[in-house]
Amino acid sequence: MYTSVAGSKTYAYTANRPFDASLPTIVFVHGAANDHSVWSLQSRYFAYHGWNALAVDLPGHGRSEGAPLTSIDALAQWLDAFLDAVGVAQCWITGHSMGSLIGLETAARNPPRISGLALIGTAVPMPVSGTLLKTSAANDHVAYEMINAFAHSPRAQLGGNRVPGAWMLGSNMRLMERSADGTLYADFTACNDYKGGLEAAKKVQCPVLLVLGQRDLMTPPRAAREAAATFSESRTVILDGAGHSLMSEQPDAVLDALIGFVKSGQATPA
Amino acid sequence: MATPKSYRLDTLGLHAGQQPDSEFGARAQPIYYTTSYVFPDTDHAASLFNMERAGHVYSRISNPTNSALEERIAALEGGVGAIATASGQAALHLAITTLMNAGSHIVASGSLYGGSHNLLSYTLPRFGIETTFVNPRDVDAFRAAIRPETRLVFGETLGNPGLDVLDIPRIAALAHDAGLPVLVDSTFTPPHLMRPFELGADLIFHSATKFLGGHGVAIGGLVVDGGSFDWDKSGKFPTLTEPYEGFHGMVFTEESTTAAFLLRARREGLRDFGACMSPMNAFQIMQGVETLGPRMQRHIENTRKVVQFLDASDAVSHVVYPELPSHPDHDLAAKLLPNGCGAVFTFELKGGRAAGRRFIESLKIFSHLANVGDAKSLVIHPATTTHYRMDAEALRNAGISEGTVRLSIGLEAADDLIEDLSRALHASQKA
Repeated sequence: MYTSVAGSKTYAYTANRPFDASLPTIVFVHGAANDHSVWSLQSRYFAYHGWNALAVDLPGHGRSEGAPLTSIDALAQWLDAFLDAVGVAQCWITGHSMGSLIGLETAARNPPRISGLALIGTAVPMPVSGTLLKTSAANDHVAYEMINAFAHSPRAQLGGNRVPGAWMLGSNMRLMERSADGTLYADFTACNDYKGGLEAAKKVQCPVLLVLGQRDLMTPPRAAREAAATFSESRTVILDGAGHSLMSEQPDAVLDALIGFVKSGQATPA
Repeated sequence: MATPKSYRLDTLGLHAGQQPDSEFGARAQPIYYTTSYVFPDTDHAASLFNMERAGHVYSRISNPTNSALEERIAALEGGVGAIATASGQAALHLAITTLMNAGSHIVASGSLYGGSHNLLSYTLPRFGIETTFVNPRDVDAFRAAIRPETRLVFGETLGNPGLDVLDIPRIAALAHDAGLPVLVDSTFTPPHLMRPFELGADLIFHSATKFLGGHGVAIGGLVVDGGSFDWDKSGKFPTLTEPYEGFHGMVFTEESTTAAFLLRARREGLRDFGACMSPMNAFQIMQGVETLGPRMQRHIENTRKVVQFLDASDAVSHVVYPELPSHPDHDLAAKLLPNGCGAVFTFELKGGRAAGRRFIESLKIFSHLANVGDAKSLVIHPATTTHYRMDAEALRNAGISEGTVRLSIGLEAADDLIEDLSRALHASQKA
């Protein structure tokens, strides 16, 4: 579905189903240089199990127009405006990597609006290496190559995908390559400059789920410990052998963690 | 910080797409010889059918052994994924029918495998899909042949049997300017010789029966998606960009930004046309792929020695191999195929049809049959076999004469091959 946010055409994947205000809503927020399609399995499941699933394309990503925003604060403000535009009074948020920080900040800014927050492959704070910042600033393809190498576990480097015939490294590379120049740098800048994560964690009032990859080199599990301890109510699931690309490396495990999370909350999938 | 690199081709050829079996630790790829898969519960079943979970439902659509092969070839080609099919012809058919409907048009190289030529010339027109054939060396002819209803530009990386080198970068540029994808048949150029996606191709197919398998025991095909073509931007592919009532109104480009083509091909093409690969064949082809790199090296080494020998023979008027300075695509081959121009080539025997018959019947190591890319050396006479449907003009356009002999050089000792050829050439010239 398309909507307008701050005058810009904005896309959210809904599994081709109309928004129904009577249903609970779960919003999926992608990471740097990605788009809604990283959530295709998980968002489609929820869309067919009694939920409004809204897998957004952030500004300047995928099918959404506008320039990429360069701070998590601005992105959280944008997400709030997106929810207004669609007419979502209350929702669950699931974010991956940069998207997890957007979800965190959104939940901190407007606690009554967020029923539950799932942070997939997160770190608080989320510093980005100088080399990645430098290469992404130069729109150097090496930045994508480094991400592909670091974002997949040693096991995933050789494939064995659950999706028939899909080569994870190739898919992720092509998805990143579709980004316009400057997109990856804007995203990394937003992650690197976000210093308010732990303060935001104190303000979050909803249950929080952290799903982390045991072999994640980009957001290693230890980098989420302090935030997990700061939330008033949180649970951490560590997926054995998984790297940072959790939704493609272990799609069912991520989905099952999300299903268990929402079942433990007030809303129950049909 | 050193630039990280993905694994190299020889490593991917052995490992990509396969993890040691989680149940028993089997190192080799297990053969999942099953039609179907038990669902843990009804919700899981529904989720698999509706693409909410990853996994297998029925082996016509997907199978774990096939999936491992598909992933391996996608990794070797640098694509986003692949689909294994019953044959190379099935792969070509799957690609075409996924992209277009009756009323569509293809621009294709005129130098094609006879089977592909048959499909495009005679069979697809019955279903309303027309093809214009052009000289593969005339890049402008590709541009001139494009019509409003054109949906695909197609050629072989090395034309069969004239070994015309397809100028993929230039052809891709003009096709992309017209909003069209380029499909190449890369059967003669496995990834160790050429990676067409890096040159601009959008889709690749292989007859896996040939070099990928290498053993001549299993028929199969693979179609690989490079994941770069922007179907939405093109606006010419409603099968991928508009809701498909045959699968819950799915819009494939929304479902998958990079693999929309593969989604539709699997969810419609394999489902409805059903030309899937047998898991036994997938296993056998995987065994071949494991040694593809070293085999291609040996194929090329042997081919270069045989080409050199034939080029110097008094019984041979002409050898057609792009590494020879006499080949019209010599310079282009040096640029696009620095690791070798394949192991299949033709030569013109002096003495015409009668000499050709004596030559073929005098060979002891070379097998006379209709295949290429085997570990064993092969020989055939195209005018009476693979290209028998073509008239004289079509044969000429494809670079074939009645004296053309095609060789597929195998992995035997090169000296034995040369001695066999030497004996047969001598016999061929006896009146």
